[in-house]
Amino acid sequence: MTAGTHQRPLRLIAAAALTGSALFAATACGAAEGTSGGAKEHKLSIVAFSAPEAATTAIQEAFQKTPAGKGVTFGASYGASGDQSRAVESGLKADYVHFSVATDVDRLVKDGLVDANWDKGPNKGVIARSVVVIGVRKGNPKHIHGWDDLVKPGVKIVTPNPASSGSARWNALAAWGHITQNGGTEQQAEAFEQKLFNNVVSLTNSGRDATTAFVGGTGDAILAYENEAILANQKGSGFDYIIPDDTIQIDTTGAITKKADPKAKDFLDFVLSDAGQKQFALKGFRPIRDNVDFGGKVEGATDPSNPFPAVKKLFTIQDFGGWSAVKDKLFGDGKDGKPVGIITTIIEKSGKASS
Amino acid sequence: MSHAALAAGRSGQGSFLTRPAWSHTTLSRTSGLGLGVSMLWFSLLVLIPLTAVIVTASEGGWAGFWRTITNPETAHAIRLTVTAAAVVTVLNVFSGTAIAWVLVRDRFPGKRLLELVIDIPFALPTIVAGLVLLSLYGKDDSPLGINIANTQQSVYLAFLFVTLPFVVRTVQPVLEELDADVEEAAASLGATRATTFRRVVLPSLTPAIFAGAALSFARAVGEYGSLVLLSGNLPFKSEVASQRMISAIENDNPAAAAAVATVLLLISLAVIVALDVIQRKVAQKEVRRG
Repeated sequence: MTAGTHQRPLRLIAAAALTGSALFAATACGAAEGTSGGAKEHKLSIVAFSAPEAATTAIQEAFQKTPAGKGVTFGASYGASGDQSRAVESGLKADYVHFSVATDVDRLVKDGLVDANWDKGPNKGVIARSVVVIGVRKGNPKHIHGWDDLVKPGVKIVTPNPASSGSARWNALAAWGHITQNGGTEQQAEAFEQKLFNNVVSLTNSGRDATTAFVGGTGDAILAYENEAILANQKGSGFDYIIPDDTIQIDTTGAITKKADPKAKDFLDFVLSDAGQKQFALKGFRPIRDNVDFGGKVEGATDPSNPFPAVKKLFTIQDFGGWSAVKDKLFGDGKDGKPVGIITTIIEKSGKASS
Repeated sequence: MSHAALAAGRSGQGSFLTRPAWSHTTLSRTSGLGLGVSMLWFSLLVLIPLTAVIVTASEGGWAGFWRTITNPETAHAIRLTVTAAAVVTVLNVFSGTAIAWVLVRDRFPGKRLLELVIDIPFALPTIVAGLVLLSLYGKDDSPLGINIANTQQSVYLAFLFVTLPFVVRTVQPVLEELDADVEEAAASLGATRATTFRRVVLPSLTPAIFAGAALSFARAVGEYGSLVLLSGNLPFKSEVASQRMISAIENDNPAAAAAVATVLLLISLAVIVALDVIQRKVAQKEVRRG
């Protein structure tokens, strides 16, 4: 390789290697300190999808001020829900996990990392809620007010891909419910989804990427979580959004692991308490109970003083029989020769139609 | 380990037939250690993980492997990836050589700056590259008046961006080392500039150009980050192979992801070997002619 004789890249590589090893040494020291504290120190590892990062950080600080949280320190990892779940499955240390779909927690049950009864408590495993909303361009130039406006000709939709993002399945399920929960048949729902996906111009791998693409100028409408839209608005890089008359309630779920530090249970209890739910509300999530006092105002919402208006017809995953009922039927990828899911097939067909 | 390494070294040398006395003693202790360490390092980082990928791919059996890669959507994604990588590599061979030529032979203001800028596609996180490309070529009100985001062209554009430096950076140092006297001699013997380039300069550059082309192709085949925001990942349109792998992994189907990876691996290997063979042929032809 002649390029090897070139001086500058070599020097760059050397510098990068040095920086890398310095960082490694630093983290190694950090880890050593964490364990040297002995029995009194509790370090909780949080592994979660990216959306609740801001709220969880605020909850940690509030928890540390309570008697139960005294002396507890935190390490946290945030990323795409499915990736995070797989990381824990393959050995990433976690005391508390929070994912955007229940199937990501179920994965850990299969491996014996989380108790099989994780969703049997009073909160049913739900940590925070949201709803699927439709983001639009400023002033709503395409007059999009509900699901039926999305399938009109010429409307360009951005959504994360339900095939490559488990979290995006809420979006597809909301559209499915728009038909089946309003008295339509599954065939009609299938036809509706086909029209919807024929209008999709960008199928990103995560909600974050979809938001970035939409804010960057792609499409007329985006299928998003309400909390993502609110948080993006709080950060100043958001978009207008409308809450359709009928949509699905997103249950983001979490649990503590079987091997978790005893303090993890206290932390989970705190997360579910009014004090914890308040932090979720302030960052755009709908609290799991209606009577949580969050001060009545959430910046970034369409109407900050009425941030979470009631949805006329709100369906839940239970209305569809739970994730185990829809996972393979709608989203299966044909693994081991099983039939391919309805939505998976529709997405495939949408590509053939437009090319 | 060291026996295997030595065996590999031996067949690599290809000289043991003519030297029957060749044995491990011809390697001095230091060079033996060097070979051992290199092989161990290479195995830990590349060979063992690579084997693991192929083993994972075989989990579903031949039928599962075949079903995965003949899935119409996956097959289209692989075809698009390989075609785009090939086209982009051919373009890079010409544009990369031209850029290297300009950088070495011409003097102009801002040359040093351009030298630095060439490396940016190496250094920039590719998702940032995707974002930049999206803002230039994506919007309806694109400042350049071009809107190709979420189309097949966007895949070619992203590949061109991330592979730009390879041919430039392999050709440039060779061109710098090239003795200007030889060209002057050719000119004084009556050769035109075109003939001098074709018969004198180009043959010395050929190995570097092909090496750059191989790198460029391999890099493009595996590209993912720059497409995340730019290509829209539309099936049968702009979805590339790496995207299909992500989908497979998200569906807890690592065998399918590994199957696609194995196909890409084999294609890349074939292309790299083919480029090397062609390069040798060209070199031999030049020697014979010379």
